[in-house]
Formats: sequence, structure tokens, C-alpha cells
Amino acid sequence: MNYQFDWKLVLTGEYGQWLIDGLIVTLKISAVSIFFSLIVGTIIAVFRLSKVKPLEWFSLAYTEFFRNTPLLVQIFFWYFGSDAVLPKAVNEWLYQQDFEFAAGVIALTVYTSAFIAEEIRSGINSIPKNQLEASRACGLSFIQAMSYVILPQAFRIIIPPLISQFLNLTKNSSLVMTIGVMELTYMARQIESYTFHGFEAFTAATVIYIAISLTISLLVNLYNKYFLRNLKY
Amino acid sequence: MHWEVVWNNMDYFLIGAYPEGPLGGLAMGILLAIGGIFGAFWLGLFFGLMRISSKPWLKYPAMVYIEIVRGTPLLMVIFWFYFLAPILLGHTLPEATSALISFIVFTSAYIAEIVRAGILALPKGQMEAARGTGLNHFQAMRYIILPQALRNMIPSFVNQFVSLTKDTSLAYIIGVNELTRAATQVNNRTLIAPTEIFLTIAVLYFIVCYVLTSFSRRLEKHLARYQARGR
Repeated sequence: MNYQFDWKLVLTGEYGQWLIDGLIVTLKISAVSIFFSLIVGTIIAVFRLSKVKPLEWFSLAYTEFFRNTPLLVQIFFWYFGSDAVLPKAVNEWLYQQDFEFAAGVIALTVYTSAFIAEEIRSGINSIPKNQLEASRACGLSFIQAMSYVILPQAFRIIIPPLISQFLNLTKNSSLVMTIGVMELTYMARQIESYTFHGFEAFTAATVIYIAISLTISLLVNLYNKYFLRNLKY
Repeated sequence: MHWEVVWNNMDYFLIGAYPEGPLGGLAMGILLAIGGIFGAFWLGLFFGLMRISSKPWLKYPAMVYIEIVRGTPLLMVIFWFYFLAPILLGHTLPEATSALISFIVFTSAYIAEIVRAGILALPKGQMEAARGTGLNHFQAMRYIILPQALRNMIPSFVNQFVSLTKDTSLAYIIGVNELTRAATQVNNRTLIAPTEIFLTIAVLYFIVCYVLTSFSRRLEKHLARYQARGR
């Protein structure tokens, strides 16, 4: 084993800056995708429970299809093949923006929202049925009952699994390097090709990922310990 | 739409250039997933048992291993092995082997957690009764606990297998010739039908994964009947 470790080269100066830039892009794409996937996931979950058959079927097909196809394929699909699916105006607009980033966000959102929809659905199902019946009886519409009574309670229960989905999303965001979004993994790869010190670059990136996920799991554990303990229905 | 592009390359998507050339396409992906899950089962069982041990020198290394691997994206693990192997071994591994090792290492951490949950889900009385009849700890594990626990874990293993099948698409990045790579090759060659190509391979993956998921759901219902419960 005659490999010269050179941590200083990778961790400081220009290459260190690359890693930081990559981390920022990773956090940015994760945050944007989390935001959208939460919205889309909630909508899909409510569709599934809406008792309107076409909406239910749509939601079922959506969750089953996107949960059972690889994220990488979905990324490629939105990156190379979005012409045929998205309206022309939307595509034109996306091309003017950062298209790699946008395609990455769309793929991550669609993929994660399918998982989130299932989490939210099970959260809603865990709220006793008479809550919905009671709020309907009070004169709230279905949407009102959902948004003021059911969802606020459901979200409190599903925060831990939801956050682990967000964590998965952050890890999955490493895949968008394949379409050229310059996030953490991309930068590590880049440093590898510039310096041949792949080992150090990937170690640094891995440590960053682990730090993110450990911090968040710690917070979830604390939440479980202090807030969920007294939850009863 | 240019569906003929997809149609003409269907055999390449499914088995690669197989009879004349190397195996590829979907078959390669499934093969990688099967190899990965079998390897990961043994490694995961090993780490899972270490994790529930009461001896700190067994428990903490397993915990560190599991947390590190679960906190890392699979892509990172793949790169690690791809770039680490030449340093450690002095020569490069074939891409498929390197990817397979990454899959085994990555999945084993998740399997270890499944094993741990499966064993902890069994009522305590099982272990106590087994020890009470005179079996030692190892025998009780081997003959009483694991046979029951592993049976209950089968649906989770199938789910893990499904997500591994999806994850084999990542082997594309280091150049393993599986379905996603076949699709990008065909796409780069033809350039006229990206939507059709990627939709098709998404459906191919979907068929495989959906069949397995439905199977695991049925299995779960079926197996729930035989579970020993605590009182």
C-alpha cells in the first residue's frame, strides 16, 4: 500500500472551498425538495382518503409507481425526457433557469412525495375516525376538517418518520450529480479527478453526510423522548 | 413518439448483449440484487446479533458500523469501494464486483437493523424458556430464537430486496452494464427518444419491484398468523 495521504490538500484552499460549495448546494436542493415534497405528499395523501374514486386511483397509482422505480431513472427521465410531459411554457422557463437543478428538484420531489404520502396517510389513519365525523358534524367541510382538525394532529405523530424521509432525501440528493448538479458528491468526484486523492475527498464528503444524518437523528430522538411520550388518544 | 427505438432495443434492455457478449440490462441488475441480498443477509445477521449483544466490545463496533453506513448515501459507498479497492488490493476490481461489494456493505447495515428488530419483537419468554430447558445462549439463539425471528423478518427482507433492486441502478455510475446504463447508451446513440426510453425502463423496474412488493404484502398477512406473542 503505497498511497500518500494528503488531507491538507483536500481540506484546505481551493478544494476545501469546493467541498463547502458542494455542501451548500446539497442543503439547498434538499431544502427546496423537502418543501415541495411535503406539499405534494400531503395532497396525494388527502386524495387517497377523499372517497372520490378517480382521485383515489390517481393517488394509488402515483404512490405505487414512483415508490417502485429507481430514483436515478426518474432523474434521467425528468432531465432528458421532460419535453414530452411538461407543458412547453414550463419547459422553456425551466431551461432559462438552472435546468439541472430544476430537474433534480422535480425528480427528488416526485420520488420522496410518494413515500411521504404513505407516511401521512398512515398518520391520518391513526387519528380516530370519529374526529373527522365530529368535525364534519360541526359543519366543517372535508377540506376544512382535514386542514384544521385532522392534519395538525396527524403531523405531530408522523414527524419522526417524516424526518427520516427528509434524511433519505438528503442522502438521495447525491444522485443528482449524474446530471451535473454540483453538490457534495459531485465536488468530491471532481476533487478526485483533479488531484487523484479520491480517498480523502470521499472521506470528507462521507463525514459531512454522516454529521448531517446523526445531528438530525439525535433531534428526532429528543423529540420522541420529550414530546411524543405523553401523546394519547 | 419513437417507440420503435425502444422496441428495437428491448432485448438489450432485458439481457444486454448476452448470448454473444456479456450479460447486461435488467437481468444483470436482478443478478446484482440477488447476490447483494444474499451477501448482505449473512453480514447483516452477523452485525445484528452483535448489536443486540450485552457485551460492549461487540455492541459498540456494530452500532458504529450501522450508524455510519446508514448515514452515508449508497453512491458514496460505491465510490468508496471503487477508489479504495485499488489502494488496498493494489489492482482494480471489475466494476460489477466492486458494485456488488458496495451493495452488500450498504444493505447489511439495514438488514442488521431488521434482524435486531425481529429478535427484539419476540417475547422474552422464548429465550428464558429455551435457557430454562438447558440450552446455552448460542443454542437458544440458533434453534429457538432465530428460526422464529427470521421467519417474521421475511417480508422486511423482501422489501429490502426491492429497494436493492432499485439501487442497482446506481451501479451505472461506475460503469456496470445494467439496465440504466443500457438506457443511457441507447439514448446517447439515438438521441430522439429520451422520454420513451426512460419511461420504458422505469416501467421495467416497476414491474419487477411491484410484483415483489405485492408478494411481500401477502406474505406479511400470511406469516402474521404464526407469530408467538407475549402476554
